[in-house]
Amino acid sequence: MNYLLLIYSNETEVMALGEAGLKRMTDEYMEFTKSIVQAGHFKAGDRLKPAATASTVRVRNGKTAITDGPFAETREQLGGYYLIEAKNLDEATAIAARIPGAKIGSIEVRPIWPPIS
Amino acid sequence: MNASAAGSVVEEIFRREAGRVLATLIRLLGDFDLAEEAQQDAFTAAIEQWPTQGTPDNPRAWLISAGRNKAIDRIRREVFFREKIADRELASAQADALAEIDGSDEAIFGDDRLRLIFTCCHPSLNDEAQIALTLREVCGLSTQAVARAFLVAEETMAQRLVRAKKKIRDAGIPYDTPDPSVLDQRVDGVLAVVYGVFTEGYAATAGAQLIDVELCAEAIRLGRLLDTLLPNNAHVMGLLALMLLHDARRRSRVSDAGDVVLLDDQDRSQWDQNEISEGLSLVDKSLAAKGSVSPYAVQAAIAALHVRAADKQATDWPQIVGLYEVLLRLQPTPVIELNHAVAVSMVDGAARALDLVDSLAARGRVTQYHLLHAARGSFLQQLGRTQEAREAYGIALRSATLEPERRLLAGRLAGI
Repeated sequence: MNYLLLIYSNETEVMALGEAGLKRMTDEYMEFTKSIVQAGHFKAGDRLKPAATASTVRVRNGKTAITDGPFAETREQLGGYYLIEAKNLDEATAIAARIPGAKIGSIEVRPIWPPIS
Repeated sequence: MNASAAGSVVEEIFRREAGRVLATLIRLLGDFDLAEEAQQDAFTAAIEQWPTQGTPDNPRAWLISAGRNKAIDRIRREVFFREKIADRELASAQADALAEIDGSDEAIFGDDRLRLIFTCCHPSLNDEAQIALTLREVCGLSTQAVARAFLVAEETMAQRLVRAKKKIRDAGIPYDTPDPSVLDQRVDGVLAVVYGVFTEGYAATAGAQLIDVELCAEAIRLGRLLDTLLPNNAHVMGLLALMLLHDARRRSRVSDAGDVVLLDDQDRSQWDQNEISEGLSLVDKSLAAKGSVSPYAVQAAIAALHVRAADKQATDWPQIVGLYEVLLRLQPTPVIELNHAVAVSMVDGAARALDLVDSLAARGRVTQYHLLHAARGSFLQQLGRTQEAREAYGIALRSATLEPERRLLAGRLAGI
């Protein structure tokens, strides 16, 4: 089954890691990504620009409304994701636990419906 | 054999084998609902066939194989109505794989029951769902009985169970025992569910009835099952010991009028000596077992000291204080802090205990907890601070929800 691993963290806390801390985390991410590519779990994954760059689109009564946000009132923001293939939820959560960001934020593990054929 | 005698033989076998049959069918069929239907079909077939054809030598294997065959029939029937090639291939492959499996291999049944327990107690399910699923699927209670235990409508409980099984399917929760690297953690989760069932039965959280015997018995049965499936596990033995030592005093804990009877006033001749000796020996085994100390075993050891003592004066309070201090290091919770303070009052006096409780209250975590105020009331009364004691008991009375406890507190208040 495919799972989307959504990486949430508090952007302020991540920035507070400082240059050396961020460099270390980037290295850990590269190493982690390499390991799940090699193990055959990796399907896709990206780091997102900060939540401040986000826009939200809604269509109501045929009208498109674009606003900024989602607002950063929530404690943690979506900062990146991996799309993985795992044999079951336990394997997916074990992989999620190895994401470097899990140590400062949280990872939401969402199973993905198979495509409609 | 006449029809009713045959019927009771089938019933007896059903009670004994239902859990194993279901656990194995879920693995074979890969689906809870299909397995439940197959289990029902198998028992229906047994009721029809055994009275005339005789009870098979290995009823369990018979039931599993009958259930499996009924499920294969169902899958094959459904294939006809399906249009998608991929689905048809999948269903046929499933049916073929099923036909090959030997349902009589004894060694696999224990593993299947563990698979079922770990799946029902998976941390990705919410606490309520874990408890409900465990009672329904592992203990085999009816949806109606589970609903009654949790004081919700049967329909509500049925929906809760459907949602939980849907999550197992949709999220890909595996029907398997956990990876060894997380086994201890997952066992803790299972034990929390079992203890949750027990405490729910031991002191229903609200309402008039103080003890729900059925849930306590189910929890102990689950504890014994886990002890068989995961032998010599310190945590499993610790929890089973704790439940047995509490349960042994169950009958003496409530008076005929439904009032709370405190430990000092309990009729010790009513205590269940078999449960006590089994509990005591499990405490020793748990504390001697390899691995980390089980907080349940420490609590059981405390219960053991209470049970062993002839009365309150003869109780080894200094050792109980020591055990609470061990427990606080393992599990620093407000409830344990409060119990520690009560034990300290027996060794160092009420003044020292009052300081501990006031410090706990000052940290603001348990201000609504009625037992905290009841303990304060008792300490203040012992110190001769009558007016403050009255106030503390008054707050306790307002926060308590269980009728028998309210009556006890009201009695205390009136007696000052």
